[in-house]
Amino acid sequence: MLRTLKYQREADPEWARQVSERPGCEGLFSCLQCGACSGSCPLSIYMDLTPRRVIALVREGFRRDALSSMTIWLCASCYSCAANCPRQIHVTDLMYSLKREAIRSRLYPPRLPAPILAQEFYAMVRKHGRNSEFWLVLRMALRSNPLLLLTMLRNGWDLVRTGRLSLRRERIHGTSELVALSGAGPRPGRAEA
Amino acid sequence: MSERDGLRIGVYVCHCGTNIAGTVDVRAVAESAAALPGVAVSRDYKYMCSDPGQDLIRQDIQKFGLNRIVVAACSPHLHEHTFRTATRTGGLNEFYFQMVNIREQDSWVHEHKGAATRKAIDLVRAAARRVARHRALEKSRTPIHPAVLVVGGGIAGIHAALTLANAGKHVYLVEREPSIGGHMAKFDKTFPTLDCAACILTPKMSAVKNHPNITLWTYSEVTAVEGYIGNYKATIARRPRYIDEDLCAGCLECIDACVFRQAKVPDEFNEDLSRRKPIYVPFPQAVPLVPVIDPEACIEFHSHKCKKTCVTACGERHAVNLRAEEKLERIDIGSIVLATGFRAYDARRSANYGYGVYPNVYTALEVERLINASGPTAGEVVLRDGRTPQTVGIVHCVGSRDENTNRWCSRVCCMYSLKLAHLVKERTGAEVFNFYIDMRTPGKGFEEFYQKLLSERVHFVRGRVAEVTDWALDSSEEGRLVIRVEDTLAGLFRRIPVDMVILSTGLEPQPDAGDVRRLFNISSSPEGFFLERHPKLAPVNTFTEGVLLAGCCQGPKDIPDTVAQAGAAAAEALALIDAGSVETDPNTAYVMEEACSGCKTCVPLCPYHAISFAQAARKAEINQALCKGCGTCVAACPSSSIGQNLFEDDEIFEESEGLLAYA
Amino acid sequence: MKPYGYFPGCSLRGTGAGYEYSLLALFRVLDLPVEEIQDWNCCGATSYMSIDEESAFVLSARNLALAQKAGCKDLLAPCSACYLVLRKTQDYVARYPKIGSHVQESLRAAGLPPLNGVRVRHPLEVLYSDVGLERIRSRVVRPWRGGRVACYYGCQLVRPYDEVDRAHNPTRMDELLAAIGAPTVDYPLKTLCCGGALTGTMHPIGVRMNYILLKEAVRKGAQAVVTVCPLCQYNLDAHQAEIRRKTGTTIDMPVFFFTQLLGWALGADPESLGLKRAISGRKSIAQWFAKESAEADAYV
Ligand SMILES: Cc1cc2nc3c(=O)[nH]c(=O)nc-3n(C[C@H](O)[C@H](O)[C@H](O)COP(=O)(O)OP(=O)(O)OC[C@H]3O[C@@H](n4cnc5c(N)ncnc54)[C@H](O)[C@@H]3O)c2cc1C
Ligand code: SF4
Ligand code: SF4
Repeated sequence: MLRTLKYQREADPEWARQVSERPGCEGLFSCLQCGACSGSCPLSIYMDLTPRRVIALVREGFRRDALSSMTIWLCASCYSCAANCPRQIHVTDLMYSLKREAIRSRLYPPRLPAPILAQEFYAMVRKHGRNSEFWLVLRMALRSNPLLLLTMLRNGWDLVRTGRLSLRRERIHGTSELVALSGAGPRPGRAEA
Repeated sequence: MSERDGLRIGVYVCHCGTNIAGTVDVRAVAESAAALPGVAVSRDYKYMCSDPGQDLIRQDIQKFGLNRIVVAACSPHLHEHTFRTATRTGGLNEFYFQMVNIREQDSWVHEHKGAATRKAIDLVRAAARRVARHRALEKSRTPIHPAVLVVGGGIAGIHAALTLANAGKHVYLVEREPSIGGHMAKFDKTFPTLDCAACILTPKMSAVKNHPNITLWTYSEVTAVEGYIGNYKATIARRPRYIDEDLCAGCLECIDACVFRQAKVPDEFNEDLSRRKPIYVPFPQAVPLVPVIDPEACIEFHSHKCKKTCVTACGERHAVNLRAEEKLERIDIGSIVLATGFRAYDARRSANYGYGVYPNVYTALEVERLINASGPTAGEVVLRDGRTPQTVGIVHCVGSRDENTNRWCSRVCCMYSLKLAHLVKERTGAEVFNFYIDMRTPGKGFEEFYQKLLSERVHFVRGRVAEVTDWALDSSEEGRLVIRVEDTLAGLFRRIPVDMVILSTGLEPQPDAGDVRRLFNISSSPEGFFLERHPKLAPVNTFTEGVLLAGCCQGPKDIPDTVAQAGAAAAEALALIDAGSVETDPNTAYVMEEACSGCKTCVPLCPYHAISFAQAARKAEINQALCKGCGTCVAACPSSSIGQNLFEDDEIFEESEGLLAYA
Repeated sequence: MKPYGYFPGCSLRGTGAGYEYSLLALFRVLDLPVEEIQDWNCCGATSYMSIDEESAFVLSARNLALAQKAGCKDLLAPCSACYLVLRKTQDYVARYPKIGSHVQESLRAAGLPPLNGVRVRHPLEVLYSDVGLERIRSRVVRPWRGGRVACYYGCQLVRPYDEVDRAHNPTRMDELLAAIGAPTVDYPLKTLCCGGALTGTMHPIGVRMNYILLKEAVRKGAQAVVTVCPLCQYNLDAHQAEIRRKTGTTIDMPVFFFTQLLGWALGADPESLGLKRAISGRKSIAQWFAKESAEADAYV
């Protein structure tokens, strides 16, 4: 039986207020619910909640619903929404901020590739300063769904054939500088803690 | 005057409910004032402007023998007059009064209570020091010239002019275009009653033309204004239309005779949807019905080799005069009504809607012309390629409610979109979609009109259109325009193929509103519409006395509201004229003869020509009737021998010292 | 002339190698000196930002600081994602004091100069503004022999910053290609997103998006798509076989970097343009770019 009742006690208005203080999310409470974001989003047709509805949930404080929606993982950061919003809300920044929070709170299906890719990318770049496409994709596939590798074979071969896939592990010399830089920074995610 | 000389000041600090008292500790301000030299009584009170508040001043004058009054309250714009009157009726000269603004300049703009209170204390101290130096002065009266200048001949200007003229006042109506009528003249029908725009407008336009009390100057603009309430002087430049209005009989044979067989020039009045000749009348009901020649397009103005068939056609009347020149008119008036209207938002600025790229994307004004029986298609709604649209999408809020373009709601677009939906459906039988963010129908009969449209099965999709595109996904979309939008109510993303898109463009200030504002010395709100003196209580007045507002130049509104406001502006002008004169502050400048060296620096500087040079005495002389108290000469005099009532040096020095005497 | 600082970004060293070759070749032909930033690091792209915002800005700021240290005025970022991240870093550092002080402090802790004033630029805009259509037109040495092309700008280059071109209906690539005589088609999807990393993370959706882009290009009469970003090029180029298989269509069209076409027209050595790295539309490429058609097969 489908039930769509929402109790007000499930809402967390304080969280909504915090979100509205994150960079780019300042306009949260001025959203008109006009749908220009969703209308221009190339992915909204695949989303369980359109970006507009995510905003509606966030500002009412329905944290869990917003964070566990697939919308944030489908978002490709193309900035259509932000460019079209009549309230100049940076919806893309909001999506980023929800991604960060969802990863930290583990509110995503365990083998979903998108958040895994983000984490592997982060780890690789944080350590070596550069991203090595081959190794990145390999690690993402192993952690999410190794069968993916099969579908990627053909693609990979095309790339190898045309000299576009390098197996080298890229790294920069100044990795110690990276440590110094991130040392002064917060641990991952602390910004929103 | 000092304490020793018997100075007795009364200080009154107003709470203004919580407007002031919410941020300023009024009790502390009153207490600190009580300790100032010369202060005999100091109080705080809930509403100083109320009758009991004013009585307090009057009674204290009697009871404590006060001889100076300071009120710390709101802006002098609002209540200086109130408290000066209380001072006078209490038995003192009304200029023994000084007002301190601790609301607009303090409590409303600060948040920190302690700091706001300290600021109020400083301001009150400054006023107490200043008021001690005040002199007794008398107000003067200036007569009001009974003629009125109305600028802009849209429905607002027309209605204001007729009201004033019917009351027996002389009106100069100045319109920039070749005909009066404004935007309303372009419409076929008006919401919500769908009455015929021409039927209600043209009688008023001809009434203007024929009224003995109205001087109508079209194709003209005001180029200079000087003076002050009751006594303005304006200069009007009348562009040559090359057809003499007095000689022309309106037969329009010259237009037929023009060597241009085909009309080739884009017709502005038809939103460029048709062409006109270099000699033309903008529309058949134009007032005055006198052709005008467009020198940009006329051959004679470029090569001087035209056969001038227009001149021949006019024959004995000799109304066509290709050598006509601009004429300047100078007039005296007592008040001015500004009715310069609006401009429609340029749809090209919203690039995602494809205006100017896809030929079948139209603006609302263009469709108004298509629907109009005297428009480019004689009232038929057809696309540029001649087809009748089967499906039409109307996009609301184009250039409205949008931080990227214009932030405000244009107030009329929802209703005119409904009107266009009805008319397009009626003319073509097309399926019509309205795309709206919020449906705003708050006027009399408006909601009923919306209901009517709903029952006519016009579609209403709630969602701001993301894009109009010719990207087709299948054969049903092939060759058509596709509207991409989130249907926020159904919770769907939709692609709706249509044949015609109508963009409901918002209302903006006229592009030259800034120049007009400076010319008439008034203010405008941040978006550029002219600013009324008070949004509720003085909606047609400006901060410049005698300059009044009517219609869309003050902000977007529909015709009923425009006409109501024009009537109100006319009534304000009539009230001024019938009062006969206005009181003016005695803030004039005067020459201290003994100090004047006769250098004549001041003479050419006075914008009101109030200063003359007395040859015999070799001193400057200021005509008190002409002086407007601008202070230019006071500041310019190298020997400091010009003083100014109400702004005497010692008053200003005392005030400054009082302000800086904290601690 | 002061060389342009050059920030290739990770993709140009892998899947987008053809972009790097053709870009450098083109700039050589135009006598525009380019100097790679020493020891640059990954800009962070979209992923880093999905984990930690503040350190994402620090990471990308290191590149800006390195460019500054090297005395660059302009920093070329050919990848749209790199361009956006670098540009956004500057913007947010200036706009949000909290981010600003954190970034500047981190740079100081690592012994790098504080951020100020390097101009982040994309080659499209450099060619358009610094070189200009006139000069490009006058330098053309090889007449265009290919088909009609659809100019595809993608998303992050024109949004949310509109310094490279305007967000809706950008035209500068169209104008540059018109200057070398390549006919362009009206392409309404020129700024619709290619899906970015979705081809990896949500494969069917990512592929579908690219199918739509290619299909519309075909419908508009284009015989090739031209891109300004390594990820767009990869997505559109690498999935055509799969698209054919899944949709039963016959789409097989070249997807170029705009620098390849410009480089060709302005006389760069064809071998230096990375044209052989194409996956799709190889037949057309062979036909269009071989000096003699006999050479065609040997060439690709
Ligand atoms: C598409 C559309 C449809 C509409 N439909 C309806 C409707 O059905 N019903 C309704 O109630 N309202 C409607 N409106 C609103 C209506 O147009 C306005 O309420 C009305 O026109 C306001 O009249 P106005 O005189 O203030 O301004 P305008 O009509 O703009 O007239 C201003 C006049 O001043 C002149 N002027 C401007 N500057 C100067 C200057 N410096 N010197 C001299 N002259 C100057 C202009 O040339 C113009 O003639 C519609 C508006 C639009 C855009
Ligand atoms: S476009 Fe902006 S205002 Fe409209 S629904 Fe999306 S976030 Fe809200
Ligand atoms: S940034 Fe994300 S949410 Fe916004 S339009 Fe692009 S994909 Fe959709």
